[in-house]
Amino acid sequence: MNRDSDKGKILISRTLIWIAVQIVLLLLIIVRLYYLQIYQADRYTTMADDNRISMRLLIPPRGEIFDRNGKILAGNRQNFQVMIVAEQTNSVDETLKRLQKIIPLNQEEQQCVKEEVQQYRRFVPIKIKDRLNWDEMSRISLAMVDLPGIIISDNLSRYYPYGQQTAHLLGYVASVSEQDLKRDNDPLLEVPEFKIGKDGLEKQFEQKLRGVSGHLKLEVNAVGRVMQEIEKVDGVPGEKLQLSIDARLQKKAYELYGDDSGAAVLVNVDTGEILAFVSTPSYDSNDFVNGVSHKIYNNLLSNERSPLLNKVIAGQYAPGSTFKMIVALAALEEGIINKDTKIYCSGRMQLGNHFFHCWKHHGHGALNVVEALQHSCDIFFYEVAQKLGIDKIASMARRFGLGQLTNLELAGEKRGLIPDKEWKRRVRGENWQIGETLIAGIGQSYVMTTPIQLAMMTAKIANGGYEVTPTFLKINHFDPQKKKKISIKSEYLNLVKEGMCAVVNRPNGTAYLAHFDINGQKMCGKTGTTQVKRITMKERQKGIVSQDDLPWKYRNHALFVGYAPADYPKYAVAVLVEHGGGGSSKAAPIGSKLLQEALILDKEVQ
Amino acid sequence: MMYKPYKLGLHNPNLTLKEKLQHLNWTYFILISLLAGIGTLMLYSAANGKWEGWAFNHLLRFVFGLLVMFTVSMVNIKLFLRYAYHFYFIVLILLIVVEVAGYTGMGATRWIDLKIIKIQPSELMKIALVMALARYFHTTTLHNIETIRGILPPLFMALVPVILIILQPDLGTAMMLLFTTGIIFFVVGVQVKKFITVAGFAAVLMPIAWHFLHDYQKLRVLTFLNPESDPLGAGYHIMQSKIALGSGGLLGKGFLQGTQSHLNFLPEKHTDFIFTMLSEEFGLIGGVVIIFINMVILLYSYSFAMKTTSYFGKLLIIGLTTNYFLYIFINIAMVLGLLPVVGIPLPLISYGGTVMLSVCFSFGLIMAVYINKDTNLGKD
Repeated sequence: MNRDSDKGKILISRTLIWIAVQIVLLLLIIVRLYYLQIYQADRYTTMADDNRISMRLLIPPRGEIFDRNGKILAGNRQNFQVMIVAEQTNSVDETLKRLQKIIPLNQEEQQCVKEEVQQYRRFVPIKIKDRLNWDEMSRISLAMVDLPGIIISDNLSRYYPYGQQTAHLLGYVASVSEQDLKRDNDPLLEVPEFKIGKDGLEKQFEQKLRGVSGHLKLEVNAVGRVMQEIEKVDGVPGEKLQLSIDARLQKKAYELYGDDSGAAVLVNVDTGEILAFVSTPSYDSNDFVNGVSHKIYNNLLSNERSPLLNKVIAGQYAPGSTFKMIVALAALEEGIINKDTKIYCSGRMQLGNHFFHCWKHHGHGALNVVEALQHSCDIFFYEVAQKLGIDKIASMARRFGLGQLTNLELAGEKRGLIPDKEWKRRVRGENWQIGETLIAGIGQSYVMTTPIQLAMMTAKIANGGYEVTPTFLKINHFDPQKKKKISIKSEYLNLVKEGMCAVVNRPNGTAYLAHFDINGQKMCGKTGTTQVKRITMKERQKGIVSQDDLPWKYRNHALFVGYAPADYPKYAVAVLVEHGGGGSSKAAPIGSKLLQEALILDKEVQ
Repeated sequence: MMYKPYKLGLHNPNLTLKEKLQHLNWTYFILISLLAGIGTLMLYSAANGKWEGWAFNHLLRFVFGLLVMFTVSMVNIKLFLRYAYHFYFIVLILLIVVEVAGYTGMGATRWIDLKIIKIQPSELMKIALVMALARYFHTTTLHNIETIRGILPPLFMALVPVILIILQPDLGTAMMLLFTTGIIFFVVGVQVKKFITVAGFAAVLMPIAWHFLHDYQKLRVLTFLNPESDPLGAGYHIMQSKIALGSGGLLGKGFLQGTQSHLNFLPEKHTDFIFTMLSEEFGLIGGVVIIFINMVILLYSYSFAMKTTSYFGKLLIIGLTTNYFLYIFINIAMVLGLLPVVGIPLPLISYGGTVMLSVCFSFGLIMAVYINKDTNLGKD
């Protein structure tokens, strides 16, 4: 009985201990709950939001690029794509089969779609085909009822209505590369469909054209399905860009080249606005937007005429006879010649035991500076150059911007080269030879310029000796007060201009065939033909002198610089035809037609 | 002091139905129903606001459970004492059958499929073992309990089913069974030094036992120890559970508004992790209310035990209540990241038929003992 009583007592006391333990344990749980839900609430609330909220950046519409008259040069086109949502279909195969009857779909594309459907969750739309045309679009829309799971979505894609004609000017946009990511930390670059300016003005004005991204705040579940839209903030569209380019002139310039390769640029001599900017052959910017195909790219790379090179700013060529204005100006300024000084051309000139020839075998006779320019007499300029020395020539060339960057709004500009004694010592480690001065006097030897430099040189001569910087942006209000004079006497400039007018308008000037007269408006200019390969004495004797008999890459470059109207110049042009043969026959006609077109289109001039 | 020897005058072994109904504690039933009601609401929310499926089935099962509870509470306690061992052996045989010809669910063999209802013998064993142990200790003397020879038979009674359940493998249930047995041994008066000795042995044997664990079990333990080491892999569940709880704050996100639950970041929200969902939607307040209701149910149960005269009745209530406590504690501690994820549901609230039935059965038994609190069972 006693033991029984103890057994009961122990049961009670031990149970009471156990009850106490349980209460403590449950209180411990409440403490833990307090810790998680009050003390750490903020931390876990953030984590819960990170779980459920998915931010998607919205790509803002890229700024459009217009020409000076408001024509679109680079625009945004709605790109329609057809997509399939697996969970809305009865069977993906069946829907694809039906779609195939409406728009062409090859086996490969279908297989691709089926594989992607397997990879992603069934609510994720999979792209079947993009860049649908209107016809395909409307046919799909009509058949939509019978195409369960098919949806049509659209986005904006860049397009260039002038394609090849504006490629070197505008460049193109394309997918973001690793290097782009390193340079630019805008989160937009991480968006897969985002396209960034890769070349040309698209690259130069990227920040302006891009705009500011908007975003979409979405609530998603654990598998990523969108449950609802929480917030939508629209981005800021990119700024529009109005260029100084005239699309009609741009088109004309490109077409004038035909199959020839080269570069042409037309500028306003006062404002520096570029109205046409062409490098041929070209590529199509539109080919690059969605990733260029290997075939097209390899063709571009292997083409000996370098379609990817922007020859206007990165092609360096000897200026040839177009350099003679500079030499004439230097000689006039140094007093080596005046307007009446005549030099006799016999067809050749001896220096030491070496003969220098004029392009005209039998010589021009006695010529003053205007006539020397008109006939492009080499002997006259050999003589003058010899007396001037290379440093004086180089100094004048630089005053007109040759051998220097023009700083226009494009990357990749080349400097060219205006040699002098110091340069030769520094770079070549040799002394300057007088013979080299002579050849430099007719724009050959080491002298290298780019077409844009030649155009600006011509503009500075034409505008009466004022500084001018080239630009692609339209200038709406030009202030003539801000013009800066180059230190050169107008008297000398007028003489050179007279020579340039003689080149075009006197019957035996080198560019007479290209002359025109539109309501009294005439053109002045200067041709240039530069040797790519020296024709040896042997070849001359054998009789191979015709340029047409040489392989293309050994033929002469043809050049022309000019301006119009003659009396109150407004436009200047520089034309280069690579391996085109003669400046008068190949380059001058292009320059002439371009200036004529510019004058016809310009209402102010008329 | 509370324990009093049999009061002869009150000794009335055969109560009428009317008397039984008078003795029945209605508050107890109401508290239980309250929990089941909260469970139904949470399941309505878990199904994104749908009655069909979980919520409706849960309610239906509880109504059936109430019926079982009521029926069991009307049974004469003498029958439980008399058939305690029979019940235990029948369940043990079922357990062996499960091993031989069990139905495979969730990768572990735990069910017997009787076509109409699937029985989980391990769940029944929780009740049967408590009954058998209560009977054993009812009949033995304190002197016997304090000897090794005296506790070997009940130890054997517990270890056989525990081993069978481990083999299934259902570690959670096996641990619960072992723990309940331990508590019963403790309350009947097994000396504390014996527990310390066993604990010492266990510590030594632990590394050896580790080798016998399944890979997924090892992973659960490792994940428990450091859940943030692999937040997208094995630690995902517990991490998401903590995020759901923590983001609930004091007042919660509101009914049907739990983002973690409704956007499916929270796994198993209708079963093992339902407490997390409740805490996400009703905050700390909601969680504490659930714990409080359960605490009251526990205290009621223990007070029933104290009022019961028979040793068998007392021990039966203590064992079954301990069992119920373990469910609650292990489940909540698990979703709070205090214990490894072992797959123990929150009774009356989690979705699941077997647990609902076994818990209602237990409450019925507890009530039956309480109704018969003055019955003198003597010593067989």
